[in-house]
Amino acid sequence: MNADDNIKFDEMHGGDGAIRDAYSGYCEWFDEQNPQALRKKHREAEAFFRRTGITFNVYGQDEAEERLIPFDPVPRIITAPEWRRLSKGIDQRVRALNAFLHDLYHRQEIIKSGRVPEWLLRGNEAFLPHMCGFTPPGGIYTHITGIDLVRTGPNDFHVLEDNARTPSGVSYMLENRETMMAMFPELFTRVKVAPVSNYPRRLARSLAACAPPAFDGKGKPALAVLTPGIYNSAYYEHSFLADQMGAELVEASDLRVMDGRVQMRTTRGYKPLDVIYRRIDDDFLDPLTFNPESMLGVPGIMDVYRAGGVTIANAPGTGISDDKALYSFMPEIVEFYTGEKPLLPNVETWRCMEEDALKYVLDNIKDLVVKEVHGSGGYGMLIGPTSSKREIAKFTEKLKANPHNYIAQPTLSLSTVPILAKKGLAPRHVDLRPFVLMSPNGIDITPGGLTRVALKEGSLVVNSSQGGGTKDSWVLED
Amino acid sequence: MLGRSANGLFWMFRYLERAENYARLIDTGFRMALTRDSITAEQEWGSIVETAGMAEAYLEKNGTYTGMQVWNYILRDKDNPNSIRNLIGQVRQNARAVRNVITSELWEAVNESYLQMNDLLAKPVTQINLGDAIAAVKRESTLVRGSMDGSMLRNDIYNFARIGNYIERADNTARILDVKYYVLLPSLSYVGSSLDNVQWETILRSLGAERAYRWLNAGNMEAKSIADFLILDGRFPRSLAFCYAKIRSNLASLALQYGEELYTHEVMRKADMRLHDADVDKIFDTGLHEFLADFITDNNDIARAVEADYRFVE
Repeated sequence: MNADDNIKFDEMHGGDGAIRDAYSGYCEWFDEQNPQALRKKHREAEAFFRRTGITFNVYGQDEAEERLIPFDPVPRIITAPEWRRLSKGIDQRVRALNAFLHDLYHRQEIIKSGRVPEWLLRGNEAFLPHMCGFTPPGGIYTHITGIDLVRTGPNDFHVLEDNARTPSGVSYMLENRETMMAMFPELFTRVKVAPVSNYPRRLARSLAACAPPAFDGKGKPALAVLTPGIYNSAYYEHSFLADQMGAELVEASDLRVMDGRVQMRTTRGYKPLDVIYRRIDDDFLDPLTFNPESMLGVPGIMDVYRAGGVTIANAPGTGISDDKALYSFMPEIVEFYTGEKPLLPNVETWRCMEEDALKYVLDNIKDLVVKEVHGSGGYGMLIGPTSSKREIAKFTEKLKANPHNYIAQPTLSLSTVPILAKKGLAPRHVDLRPFVLMSPNGIDITPGGLTRVALKEGSLVVNSSQGGGTKDSWVLED
Repeated sequence: MLGRSANGLFWMFRYLERAENYARLIDTGFRMALTRDSITAEQEWGSIVETAGMAEAYLEKNGTYTGMQVWNYILRDKDNPNSIRNLIGQVRQNARAVRNVITSELWEAVNESYLQMNDLLAKPVTQINLGDAIAAVKRESTLVRGSMDGSMLRNDIYNFARIGNYIERADNTARILDVKYYVLLPSLSYVGSSLDNVQWETILRSLGAERAYRWLNAGNMEAKSIADFLILDGRFPRSLAFCYAKIRSNLASLALQYGEELYTHEVMRKADMRLHDADVDKIFDTGLHEFLADFITDNNDIARAVEADYRFVE
């Protein structure tokens, strides 16, 4: 039993089985290929990933264990007009998120207006009182955002999640494209695909535009990627981005606060940093401010930050925008700050802390997806239609005991895109995470993103930690 | 560059060099043991473990010195921090940590070596596949050094890597000589005996020097000339003189790039002077063991000065 019982939309074949425009060029090429040769290239790609060490570590497993995220060689393709529509919606949403964060840490107009309830902040660990009354350099909170989109029909894209805490996966967007171009160079001469390879340059430029007041204006701002270290699941990405941006890759132990600046220990002494693209959570930024028990972090970095000595991207306290209860208010948030109707709809969401909603969810749990408000990575959720009675009963207990910790959504029939399976092309469910950069110079969306694909037939879980794979994501040029 | 990255590069190449040296050592032990009776063979293996500096830990785990036990302990024992498998793991771990300052070519060479060696050393190594394992260690370390040579800029990053490489190599040569120093002492009763020849060959082999030495000395096996070759001959890439010439030149490049000489350079100059002033007669007069002990101390001092001057750690 799975969501395929609902109407489904295949992005290659549409509803009627005919090849959709987006895929016409690709399919022409595909039909000329020898399936065996394709499979051979596919195996070569996997070997290439292993050799180059494009791996991720799985939480809770042996430290040394590194896994490959399976890569599927059939691209996910979006046309230029489709992308233009999506971009407008994404642009609007990220602008609203940033304005919302500024408001949240200043006058809280949206709460005063009653559009968003005050309880969202109360007891929410992602809300950082230390950020109140402080405006980050350039007024930017969401330097990098990953917006997770799902599709249910030709013109129906929904936002499933906003990832502004520390969105990851962009290295796969880049490496998947590199791999595709290495495997099938002739394909790219036949189909014109918008390039993504300049993302690191765009990121570096966008971050540099957010230099703190303490930056002396000479040359370029000193930029570093702050990583938890080589055992982190996304370490590959951290080193990859640092390398591509020409930034330093630092750990907290390389940094200390000196003379009102955050400085890194180089072979020639301490050198100040201007912009820190941190890939560690708020909790581990500053033991003096957040977590006195933590051995990690840079003592005093928050004081420097508040005094204008350094830019931290994304801004501390941004993580609250990943909250799934808050997500349910995004339509109101978008309207409040942009004065426009949301161009990209949310997925319908029930907040289990509300009595009526909880009743509905309990009555219909076998058809719903129930998620933890603060959960991520596909953990701690229930997919009603694919769960056993026992699993549902167990989850119901948890839900009843702590309803404010959960939201529920209908089980969407995510669109499918074919993968190269043993017996040829076979449809699998996908989502899409475009990466969005924001600086005082505006919003910059790289045409493409990370397409995650559930490799198991019928499965709706695309997370790499749970058997998902990735595809190259194409935006066609006009 | 970050001090931590310099540290990572330095140790990456120290561990790589160490792995290769251990592979040579096992190779030597194996060849020697093959031609010996079992009692001498056991002594031979014991001496290999001692040369590798693992005697104490080894004896805690194993009571006897059989070839298979010894080479598996050095090649792949997880509890042995200096087993080749662990060393290659360390090489890769350090390479990952400095991934953004090394070329993809170098990183891929390291990563592939690691995957290859992990496969080869997954199961206990028997006599039949020992040769393959040893050849693989030597080949992979040569590949890694070669990719660095062919792809990296000659800047501080390169220099820290090379300094680590040659500090380790000098240490290794000095230790091998020191463990066997008594073999090289001129003693009338032994001269020309077959025992002498075998022991000398052991030393030359474990430093990959037997062919080079023969070419240069037309087969003339003599203690002093072997010591002279391994300590002072600047043409041989594992001699102490050669290693120091390399470290000196890498330190000079660093001084040039950074625009200053540091305490390290002073330490290096002094150590260099002592080696430069030595000749083999003087070394034997003052005592080979004393000379080597001093050398190992000097070498450590250089390493420590580099670590401190270039802020490897907080």
